[in-house]
Amino acid sequence: MEYDVVIVGGGPAGLSAAIRLKQQDAGIRVCVLEKGSEIGAHILSGAVVDPRALDELIPDWRERDCPLAAVPVTDNRHWFLTKNGKFSVPHWLTPGWMHNKGTYTGSLGNLCRWLAAQAEELGVEIFPGFAAAEMLYDEHGAVRGVATGDMGVGRDGQPKDDYQPGMELHARYTLFAEGARGHLTKQVIAHHALDAASQPQVYGLGLKELWDIAPHKHQPGLVIHTQGWPLSDAYGGGFLYHQADGQVALGFVVGLGYRNPHLSPFGEFQRWKQHPEIRRCLEGGKRISYGARVINEGGWQSVPKLTFPGGALVGCAAGFVNVPRIKGSHTAMKSGMLAAEAAAAALSAGRGGDALDGYEAALRSSWVAKELRMVRNVQPLIARFGAILGTALAGVEMWMRTLGMGLPYTLAHHSDRGLSRKDAARPITYPAPDGVISFDRLSSVFVSNTNHEEDQPVHLHLADPALPIDRNLPLYGEPARLYCPAGVYEVTGQEEGDPRFVINPQNCLHCKTCDIKDPAANITWVTPEGGGGPNYPNM
Amino acid sequence: MKILVPVKRVIDYNAKPRLKPDGSGVDLSNVKMSLNPFDEIAVEEAVRLKEKGVAAEVIVLSVGPAKAVEVLRTALAMGADRAIHVQSDEAVEPLAVAKILKAVAGEEQPGLIILGKQAIDDDCNQTGQMLAGLMGRPQGTFASQVVVDGDSVLVTREIDGGLETVKLALPAIVTTDLRLNEPRYASLPNIMKAKSKPLATRTPADLGVDVTPRLATVKVAEPPVRGAGIKVADADALAAKLKDMGVA
Ligand SMILES: Cc1cc2nc3c(=O)[nH]c(=O)nc-3n(C[C@H](O)[C@H](O)[C@H](O)COP(=O)(O)OP(=O)(O)OC[C@H]3O[C@@H](n4cnc5c(N)ncnc54)[C@H](O)[C@@H]3O)c2cc1C
Ligand SMILES: Cc1cc2nc3c(=O)[nH]c(=O)nc-3n(C[C@H](O)[C@H](O)[C@H](O)COP(=O)(O)OP(=O)(O)OC[C@H]3O[C@@H](n4cnc5c(N)ncnc54)[C@H](O)[C@@H]3O)c2cc1C
Ligand code: SF4
Repeated sequence: MEYDVVIVGGGPAGLSAAIRLKQQDAGIRVCVLEKGSEIGAHILSGAVVDPRALDELIPDWRERDCPLAAVPVTDNRHWFLTKNGKFSVPHWLTPGWMHNKGTYTGSLGNLCRWLAAQAEELGVEIFPGFAAAEMLYDEHGAVRGVATGDMGVGRDGQPKDDYQPGMELHARYTLFAEGARGHLTKQVIAHHALDAASQPQVYGLGLKELWDIAPHKHQPGLVIHTQGWPLSDAYGGGFLYHQADGQVALGFVVGLGYRNPHLSPFGEFQRWKQHPEIRRCLEGGKRISYGARVINEGGWQSVPKLTFPGGALVGCAAGFVNVPRIKGSHTAMKSGMLAAEAAAAALSAGRGGDALDGYEAALRSSWVAKELRMVRNVQPLIARFGAILGTALAGVEMWMRTLGMGLPYTLAHHSDRGLSRKDAARPITYPAPDGVISFDRLSSVFVSNTNHEEDQPVHLHLADPALPIDRNLPLYGEPARLYCPAGVYEVTGQEEGDPRFVINPQNCLHCKTCDIKDPAANITWVTPEGGGGPNYPNM
Repeated sequence: MKILVPVKRVIDYNAKPRLKPDGSGVDLSNVKMSLNPFDEIAVEEAVRLKEKGVAAEVIVLSVGPAKAVEVLRTALAMGADRAIHVQSDEAVEPLAVAKILKAVAGEEQPGLIILGKQAIDDDCNQTGQMLAGLMGRPQGTFASQVVVDGDSVLVTREIDGGLETVKLALPAIVTTDLRLNEPRYASLPNIMKAKSKPLATRTPADLGVDVTPRLATVKVAEPPVRGAGIKVADADALAAKLKDMGVA
């Protein structure tokens, strides 16, 4: 099928690009591919959203039943947690841009559902349930589009009765809006060496739950960020946002650069909820949903080159997250819009298949660049204020990946993959879940509504199938058992002296951690059959 | 011959239902909805009959709110020819759905009406049977095979202890069981084509049907929480446990 623009991924970046294209010229043929069973099914975020990009995209969004309008942020708190207590970080100690003035809290998934409805009204063709599985290049090496994955292939790779071959979608420009650690994005970056001049991307793993809490504890518009306990072997922190309808979105981000192979981000999250201050909010409530997704933490210095012949990277595929603010949705949207404007201009000039240089230039002089660059200078600024600002400094630092961020020169990011030997690291034991506030992995995956057709090829590829047992197990205790938030990886038969590495791909939440954290880069995440994966509600 | 396939928009089978705090029903806000799986099987069967040349046209119909159009589009993408949306924002009980179907069947004169055996939301298992009663036409329920033979249809039914085959004179009502077929994936080109297939909007009132509920829900409650299970080492241990429990 032929389009002017094919967009891979129906998140905030992809949908904003689609809308902007149609706003520029209603005649442009645009399609959006989304691997989730519906738009929003794979979206997991906080979220506190800065409406700056939305104001530019659809200025009257508040009057158009946009679900984000329901809960403006009215009370913003920072807590530093100790084992049993907390210090509140006074407001005046944190820089103004961290106060969440004018922001809204709600479900990014629901915002995407609303954006999709706006896009469809403008004539965008949206195809949920279809994963872009393969890159297509023309004879000059320009991206010519993508191919969707085959459906109805058995575990053995043989077509089944309901086999449906993938489709080629050709476009004059292809925008990659796959979010953090995109499967095709990774290939495009490597193919065109887009990251040659930037720092490597680094990530955090965000785990999240949605709760119905006791009505008298609910304060819509209250957002809380925490740092400190229980983390001691990793960077990270928690969030707790009071949203609409008596619900609270809470989550925990753990920087994946940790070195201790005994660490379990899932375990840290569950433990964090047991802190008296967090527990107090949840007691008497009920968990509704669970999920996990990686988030870019490299900041401006890790943003790769954005354009290449025939396409561009937008949103978290490129990595425009403002790390101290843990916000990436507004920059994702803006980058999508800028790419769309450049693509529309190029199309009207009769171009296609070339690099959208206009986008690269526009982004690098936009408020996205300004905002991300400013964050780089926050660190030294605060450092100058000395000890009295220590807590505030930590409050900012919590979301900052390295001490080097913000210095006039940039220190190198370390790759996320490195791990200490298991005997050289502090052992960590996590308390057993109580089934009320804290839970195990499987009951958690259950409420993520995750489902994959079982009879399909395993979508987690091992370059060396023997490596998990031969190398990862003796050296690190096979960390995949612990970093995977869905219990996809298990080692069985250890007691019998016959350890085997087991993959349960049907539980996969598409968070992409295993593609990042395996110490030998042995695991590659590829797209499973379209429509598979979590079915997040308002996450 | 025309085939009419009624399709219902229901909570997705992957979604974990939650109750409304007041126990009046299932909370459907923010929950994924999709085409009832048994209806998907019904659409597939109708489309296959059309592909075999047995049927000339497949009409899908859904009674429900504006969003019911989404499941109609899904059915059209699978190969149905046109759709009828009977708009109703209130929940419509099986008897009222059957009356609506009877009214539409009066206009369309289908040779076969293929329904799902039940909708996975309320598990009523009533609409097909009620429709057959109201229309005074034969029914073949829980079908695992459907073969049209001249002016009759052979329906193989899954019953306790085996299979039963019944022969029904057309027009007839069939309800589908799980093993009737494996529904196809809608392809991208067919999803696109579905967007321009005809879709008519009706209301229960213009079909002369009163959909006022006749049932009152007393209470909806969650099943009791299951106790923790135990792990047994091997089959012998399992057998011993079962004996202890007096099960075996
Ligand atoms: C725990 C957590 C909390 C956060 N909190 C906030 C916050 O409070 N405020 C904020 O602004 N930001 C927050 N963020 C960041 C924000 O969620 C992201 O910046 C934003 O979602 C990026 O948007 P995107 O469109 O680039 O990518 P995504 O939102 O990741 O969307 C990508 C979409 O593309 C689809 N896709 C991917 N690959 C394919 C493929 N090959 N084929 C088809 N479809 C594909 C995915 O299924 C997905 O729907 C948070 C992130 C996390 C993880
Ligand atoms: C929408 C839908 C509707 C359906 N409706 C019907 C219907 O109306 N009628 C019908 O017949 N089928 C129906 N099915 C299909 C039916 O649910 C499944 O085919 C059936 O449950 C499969 O059971 P199983 O015993 O083969 O396997 P499993 O589902 O794998 O196992 C069933 C149970 O066995 C126990 N078990 C498994 N392994 C162990 C172990 N190692 N130790 C101890 N216990 C264990 C567990 O308690 C488990 O719950 C439906 C399916 C769907 C998706
Ligand atoms: S298998 Fe990989 S992508 Fe899937 S949930 Fe586990 S870590 Fe995340």
